[in-house]
Amino acid sequence: MIPRSFEYHSPRTLDEAIALLQKLGPEAKLLSGGQSLIPMMKLRLVSPEHIVDINRIPGLDYISESDGHLKIGALAREHQLETSEVVKTKFPVLAETANVIADPLVRSQATICGNLAHGDPANDHPATMLALGATVVATGPKGRREIGIEDFFPGLFTTALEAEEILTEIKVPVPPPRSGGAYLKLERKVGDFATAGVAVQLTLDESGACKRAGIGLTNVGMTPIKAKQTEAFLTGKQLDDATIQQAAELAASESQPMDDIRGSAAYKRDLVRVLTGRALTTALNRAKGGA
Amino acid sequence: MAKVPITVKVNGVEHTADIEARLLLVHFLRENLRLTGTHIGCDTSHCGACTVVLDGKPIKSCTAFAVQADGRSILTVEGLEQDGKLHPLQDGFYQEHGLQCGYCTPGMLMTGYVFLQENDNPTDDEIRHAISGNLCRCTGYVNIVKAYQYAAQKMREGGA
Repeated sequence: MIPRSFEYHSPRTLDEAIALLQKLGPEAKLLSGGQSLIPMMKLRLVSPEHIVDINRIPGLDYISESDGHLKIGALAREHQLETSEVVKTKFPVLAETANVIADPLVRSQATICGNLAHGDPANDHPATMLALGATVVATGPKGRREIGIEDFFPGLFTTALEAEEILTEIKVPVPPPRSGGAYLKLERKVGDFATAGVAVQLTLDESGACKRAGIGLTNVGMTPIKAKQTEAFLTGKQLDDATIQQAAELAASESQPMDDIRGSAAYKRDLVRVLTGRALTTALNRAKGGA
Repeated sequence: MAKVPITVKVNGVEHTADIEARLLLVHFLRENLRLTGTHIGCDTSHCGACTVVLDGKPIKSCTAFAVQADGRSILTVEGLEQDGKLHPLQDGFYQEHGLQCGYCTPGMLMTGYVFLQENDNPTDDEIRHAISGNLCRCTGYVNIVKAYQYAAQKMREGGA
């Protein structure tokens, strides 16, 4: 399969890349890891006239911690998340998420920022980033602006990025003490999109009650879903089995799956219930210092 | 569309070409350079038969444009053998019957080439995860895992 012809641009600085996006308009598409874009171009689902390859812009491939945040640069690859020490110790749920995305070969190219910027509800990082309360940094002609992750996915394959903006960084707040997370995904086989996925991030107070709950759902709606009602329900409660069960049912009711080759809507909704229950139990154990 | 000039080092040899930007890396290797050891399997980023090593990282060459390799180094299966001596992984696939039809083998070798550099004492489970992006329809993977273990042992003994 061969994509339609396009004009190739390879800017060496961020300013140059933004100027190209301004000049070329909506017919230009950014190429970073390319692991979603190139397959779509080969299938001719998209045929951009211009490709702006940002891979040769130096200094964008970082994953580092500063100012109370993990900062993930536009060109940081999924494989880096899996192997980063700071991620393993302070943000294990991010490594857990990366580990179930596609396969190791795809992860050596695919970028974390691209996983969000693609706006695909089937992608895995949106749910985890919703659970963690991340912030997206967009850089454009007017400079940098920050967008809360809950405002980043207005619709199917649509993000809050303007046409002339580049997603240059993801900022994830360092979880406070007594925090734990989990990402659970059911996939038919390695490399498939989730039938459903659930990300949970909990912080407990000193009494062991839930101080903050973040819950994101993968591939059960037109956009990644932040399970706001479930989060509110959990806040302030002791997380006993009955509470977790109620929360799981609430999360299932917040999902909006559709029938497709991966299963019926009813099946997927029940899957959200089961995965949410399990993810909450695992996250709770981890918040208490367990595995 | 204007053609794009690229210079790529493949298996230590520098090649220059004027190519269409839409040319996939796997087509550049197979059709422009006639290095047909790299196979096209699914052509949809699933099977890993087209795996090559780009600047030290294993990638699916059906899911990269050749222009992206400009100024960079590629290792393909043709570059594994050195001075007439098989790489320990190639030897392992031979000794342990790690292939039947052989179609997935170049990809399996290139994935393993990088994996064993990072982990020369893997568990079977780690190997199975490492090759989860490389599909084999013949072997059932058992002998491929054995071949990786054979190579890992040779490399630990300093045979690489």
